[in-house]
Amino acid sequence: MKYASRIYLCLIFSVLYIPIFTLILFSFNVENSTAEFAGFSLRWYIELFNSPETFTALRNTLLLAVLSALLSTVIGTAAAEGIYKMRSRFIKGAITSVTNIPMMNPDIVTGMSMMLFFAAVMGIFKISDYNEIGFAAMLIAHTTFCLPYVILSVLPRINELGDSLSEAALDLGCTPVSAFFRVKLPNIMPGVISGMVMAFTLSLDDFVISYFVGPTNFQTLPLLIYSMTKKKVTPDMYALSTIIIVSVFILLIISNIRSGKRADENKRKRGAVK
Amino acid sequence: MKKKSLMRSIAAAPHIFWAVLFIVLPLIIVGVYAFTDAEGNFSLANIAALTDYVPIFWLSLELSVIATAVCLVIGYPLAYIIAKSSPRAQKIFIMLLMLPMWTNLLIRTYSIMAILDDGGFLNTLLNTSFHIVGTKGAVIFGMVYDFLPYMVLPIYTCVSKIDKHMWEAASDLGCSPVKTMLKVIFPLSMSGIISGVTMVLVPSISTFYISQKLGGGTFELIGDTIERQFVTGALNVGAAISLVMMVLILISITVMNRFSEGDEGGIIV
Amino acid sequence: MKKIIALLFTLLPIFLLLSCSGGSPEAPDAQAPRRERGDVVTLNVYNWGEYISDGFEGSLDTNAAFEEYFNTHLSEKYGGITVEVNYTTFANNEEMYSKLKNSAVVYDIVVPSDYMIEKMIAEDMLLAFDVAADIPNYVYIDEAFRSSPYYDPTAQYTVPYTYGMMGIIYNTAMVDEADIGSWDLMWNDKYAGKILQFNNPRDAFATAMYLLGLDVNSNDRDDWAAAYDKLLLQKPLVQGYVNDEVFNKMTSESAAIAPYYVGDFITMADQEENLAFYYPKEGVNYFVDAMCIPKSSKNPDIAKEYMNFMLSEEAAIANAEYIGYASPNTLVYENEEYREYMGEFAIDLLYGYSPDEVNASYNAIYGKDASCYHNFTPDIQSRVNTLWENLKIADSTELWVHVTAGLIVAAVLALAIGTTYIKKKRSKFYRERDKKAKKS
Repeated sequence: MKYASRIYLCLIFSVLYIPIFTLILFSFNVENSTAEFAGFSLRWYIELFNSPETFTALRNTLLLAVLSALLSTVIGTAAAEGIYKMRSRFIKGAITSVTNIPMMNPDIVTGMSMMLFFAAVMGIFKISDYNEIGFAAMLIAHTTFCLPYVILSVLPRINELGDSLSEAALDLGCTPVSAFFRVKLPNIMPGVISGMVMAFTLSLDDFVISYFVGPTNFQTLPLLIYSMTKKKVTPDMYALSTIIIVSVFILLIISNIRSGKRADENKRKRGAVK
Repeated sequence: MKKKSLMRSIAAAPHIFWAVLFIVLPLIIVGVYAFTDAEGNFSLANIAALTDYVPIFWLSLELSVIATAVCLVIGYPLAYIIAKSSPRAQKIFIMLLMLPMWTNLLIRTYSIMAILDDGGFLNTLLNTSFHIVGTKGAVIFGMVYDFLPYMVLPIYTCVSKIDKHMWEAASDLGCSPVKTMLKVIFPLSMSGIISGVTMVLVPSISTFYISQKLGGGTFELIGDTIERQFVTGALNVGAAISLVMMVLILISITVMNRFSEGDEGGIIV
Repeated sequence: MKKIIALLFTLLPIFLLLSCSGGSPEAPDAQAPRRERGDVVTLNVYNWGEYISDGFEGSLDTNAAFEEYFNTHLSEKYGGITVEVNYTTFANNEEMYSKLKNSAVVYDIVVPSDYMIEKMIAEDMLLAFDVAADIPNYVYIDEAFRSSPYYDPTAQYTVPYTYGMMGIIYNTAMVDEADIGSWDLMWNDKYAGKILQFNNPRDAFATAMYLLGLDVNSNDRDDWAAAYDKLLLQKPLVQGYVNDEVFNKMTSESAAIAPYYVGDFITMADQEENLAFYYPKEGVNYFVDAMCIPKSSKNPDIAKEYMNFMLSEEAAIANAEYIGYASPNTLVYENEEYREYMGEFAIDLLYGYSPDEVNASYNAIYGKDASCYHNFTPDIQSRVNTLWENLKIADSTELWVHVTAGLIVAAVLALAIGTTYIKKKRSKFYRERDKKAKKS
């Protein structure tokens, strides 16, 4: 049984990683091909570092992801707390349903609705150049589709925590606001952080919504990749993906080792107490 | 009392404002577009034109249902095995599962295409001539590949929450392992399954990049149709298709959630 | 209403001419916004993907070169401003049009193809200006391209950027030389599963219409129906409908036959020596992509400087070498270094003997001209769109898909109904037991 499950894991993960490894392999290709490997070279990495277009796109993508993750985390966490405190089941239900729409809705519908919305906004405020509100539109769109994920990640934590801790804090003389920040927030932090990471990842990876909403003076990486279609995807995109995936991998390993160490320390401490 | 309750939930106010302005309003605008013509007059022509797209809609539905089923069949055991391993291994496996998601979907799909193409990496390597890209199978594979983590993660979350003693209790009460699996574990992970199914089904139905690259352009999915309407500027028809798709999906999700017995928030790790 | 628009449309160029000649020549363009010394002006350029020399492998980064040139030489002329080029790309004409029209994005330069230019002029989206006077380097544009009866008869909207013709690319190792020469190669069932077709209605329909001897700009709905039937016949033979994928598919020898543009063939032939190209005898499309200034542009004066720069020798050659398409610029195709760089084979294929002679040599061989696309009438446009949709839908479902999907749905339904039934039965059982317990 154990062997069977190991084989199964290996099988699935190898299928999952074959495209990633070929991508990494071809990023070192000598030739401009993503099908035939002709020899090893760093040509595409050099190309990548010489291409300002890619760097601008990468910077834009990261900027947008960070800002929309932060914004959605702040709004979402507050919203989760507010929703938790709501008494009326009906209002609670209505708000969560509306919140979940961008998550349930296909991206293409969300994108389309956002595009039409901003077109209407431009009409109302007599803005003639979409680029003027383009960045704001992107930020709003990304924050909107990240929000439900943040709320869904924070709300269960708040539910789990219950009221007793913050009530105790209030009894001990905390204002409601400081009770939230000093008592509740640290306790729901894991949920907040996982929501933020989720939002960051989603924003980073989003193509469909940006495709509909994106202005021209703010091109993100997925949009750049998509627009490279007059000719073809060159291995420098592969090189960029390789760099991203390797750096994420290293980050994850570091955080894993550190949290592993912390867990070990905790165990030791607990052992000592015993 | 009522005032106090209102004050208590004031924290949700920015979000409610946001949701009304940026979620509800845009959807209303989609509805307006769907029921007007290019000049802005009321018209049912867009909705009537939808009958042309019924075959496309069916095909998208069928392919995404198959892809979701494959994801479930592959993903459930995977999630289960991960949930049963040591905490350390769990972390590593989840990390490995998430890592490909950091590569852009477009690049991943393109990479699959480069591998599976008639003269692609696989065929050159094996010196064969399998024709994969351009078939429905390739599109299903692409969907499964791209969206599998969305199936595994919620199920994993759900299964890992199930009390370990459940197994012992079940076997003490005379259940065989298979029966325990079917009668205890599976029903308990139902909410995870349902979130997983939703999270795979919705993006697969509406995808347009995967079908363009792996389907070889020989057929269209509903996402491609919407995208084409958008590009050719036929916004009203595009809005009508979007609207219908949205309504259908929201209805089916509501129906599905009926079966998950009101378990909230099983979606996130 | 339409009449008024038409009238305005005809009056507009005159009005513009008057307003230009009225002011002193040194005065900045009437439309130009007020700028102050030290301002950084962003010039929004919207071009095809991979359609400019971008510094790839030591080539000239044209946009950066323009910024540098402007900021060192022209800054003073425009009151001490500096320019920053915001360069973005699109994948097809329709995408560009939709961004400009629906999203109302402001660009200073766009590079549409012929038929799209015609459409945009008709919809009054492009700025008319005195091209020859405002752009000094325009003199280098070959006479044959200064105006076009297809899209810009009076030469007041466009500065040609590239041009070319479509034809068929084939793999000499996989295709019998005896079969080439006509569009019917793409309908040859000997090569079933190895044939690619355009993934856009305009070009795909054109291949069928040329083969059938129909006018690609036909206004007869029946012509389009005939072309549709022909494409339907071809569908079982087609490996895929492609755009950019054609590069990978042809160079990796996944497919044997593909219709595409000659400039792209040259790029492909660099990588795969088995590839060859011919212009089918029945007729081919001849396209011109040109730089235009949208009406919404806020910096038409700087846009003109940009166009002028793009026509200068160094920039034009760098672009032509990078893109691989033919250039209408005499500075380019008469340049020895450029001809050497491209190679005799490519030069012959791209230019014939001089730009005008590609078409002339085509005419000499086949006795007919290559044709440009016209903008569709709305009626034909929607007709073509519908037919294209039908083509994609046709035979697109397979039995196994129906069966598998059906089985899955049936299984899920059975499971759902089954569990609900069992649950009900169980709760009934417990309820009754409780009742009994209470009674006793």
